[in-house]
Amino acid sequence: MAKADAPDLLNHEGLRIAERDPVNDEYTYGRGKDELRPIEIEAGVLNRADGSAYLEWGENKVLAATYGPRECHPRRDQDPAEAVVRVTYNMAPFSVSDRTRPGPSRRDREIGKVTSEALEPAVLTQLYPGAAIDVFIEIIEAEAGTRCAGLTAASVSMADAGIPMKGLVTSCAAGKIEDDVVLDLSREEDFHGEADLPIAVVPKTGDVVLLQMDGDLSADEFDEAIDKAYEACYDIHDLQKQALVDRYQGSATNGGNR
Amino acid sequence: MSREVVVPGDLLDDSGQKEAGSNAYKEGSEVYAERVGLKKEGSNHVEVVALSGKRYEPQRGDLVIGTIIEAKPSIWFLDINGPSDVGMHVNEVPWRVDFGETTKYLDIGETALMKVYHVDEQREAQVTMKDRTCRKLEGGTTITVPPSKVPRIIGRRGSMIKTIKNNTDCRLFVGKNGVIWFDGEPEEVSHVRDAIHMIVDQAHTSGLTERVETFLDEGPEAVDPPTE
Repeated sequence: MAKADAPDLLNHEGLRIAERDPVNDEYTYGRGKDELRPIEIEAGVLNRADGSAYLEWGENKVLAATYGPRECHPRRDQDPAEAVVRVTYNMAPFSVSDRTRPGPSRRDREIGKVTSEALEPAVLTQLYPGAAIDVFIEIIEAEAGTRCAGLTAASVSMADAGIPMKGLVTSCAAGKIEDDVVLDLSREEDFHGEADLPIAVVPKTGDVVLLQMDGDLSADEFDEAIDKAYEACYDIHDLQKQALVDRYQGSATNGGNR
Repeated sequence: MSREVVVPGDLLDDSGQKEAGSNAYKEGSEVYAERVGLKKEGSNHVEVVALSGKRYEPQRGDLVIGTIIEAKPSIWFLDINGPSDVGMHVNEVPWRVDFGETTKYLDIGETALMKVYHVDEQREAQVTMKDRTCRKLEGGTTITVPPSKVPRIIGRRGSMIKTIKNNTDCRLFVGKNGVIWFDGEPEEVSHVRDAIHMIVDQAHTSGLTERVETFLDEGPEAVDPPTE
């Protein structure tokens, strides 16, 4: 990425970029340092999948679908003691401004791996030995923070699929721009900032199930970033819960279990 | 009657007095939900009536409809929309099947009505056709609906299924696993399919049996919109 035409990431009031005008290349400021981009989650958007979720996080648009628990193929992937959680992360070719080459890239496989390892501790896998739970994350539009968005959507889609879980998994990133630790980096901040630190939490237990870092942070900044992202996960968790409640509230009004 | 919708990880009870029922788990003295559903409290337990999920949890005694996906010399493997494929040994069918002749009786892709006769601790099920109600289902089509909607498709004392059968000339079997098999004139088959989709979509509304009857009798235009 060309670093030359970096916009100001913070304005004179210390506010971050809230909106961009791609035609005139202008930025509107107004986002606080601890402010998340707007998030919207909807559960149960696909008919063919066992469970699904659609999430918009800033300009990220993510679709997640879950199948299973179902017979695990190929058989060599089976675990006789518990179910395996397999995640496929894929970016649509049109999800970024330069077309991405279709097919799994090194990055896609890495994100699929870390996402499945983040989801697995929350799933009661011992209930379905030999089965597979397949989760597909499709990035339709990307703006930075897609692994967090994907993981958050995946967790809602799993709950929608009726997978028994200890709790939902929530993910959020913090990072460093212009020597300040801020929450939830946007595209410009990700490109031109100094560090990005995505984490995932199981809010029910408080366990951190994903921790990655790109760039440099001092020990103090690291602690601050973790705290910020960790706290934000609990706010996002409320949105996840609400999405699931909204999806099933209708069927609850009449007794539901008929 | 409205009950609280809970999601995985929600605290159901922290009194320490109650055990975890279905779709719930216990940690110390606290009970939490493990699936999305409705919280239901009993006198000494608390459980979640699952609303989410489209997969079938095999239970002993359930009548299910399975599709053959694999035939070995002395065993069939079937898909019953559950967490794993189930096996059915040749001893479990009402016919005398010689070694290696399984496909003569049930070939890959064919469907049959069968009974779950055993579920082990691993939740692996075994099915049998040695029951009067069990049979091979020849011809016809199947559709799969969420197993949680099956009681609604059957209706109170079979009222809904009777409505469908009385208003069409279709033969129809509903498996507990959410697989529905039906056969009849092509026009009626598509009619029944639409009716089943309607039941699934509007399962939570009241007066559904009457609306399904109108739908089958007079067509989709005559049906009043559902009331919540």
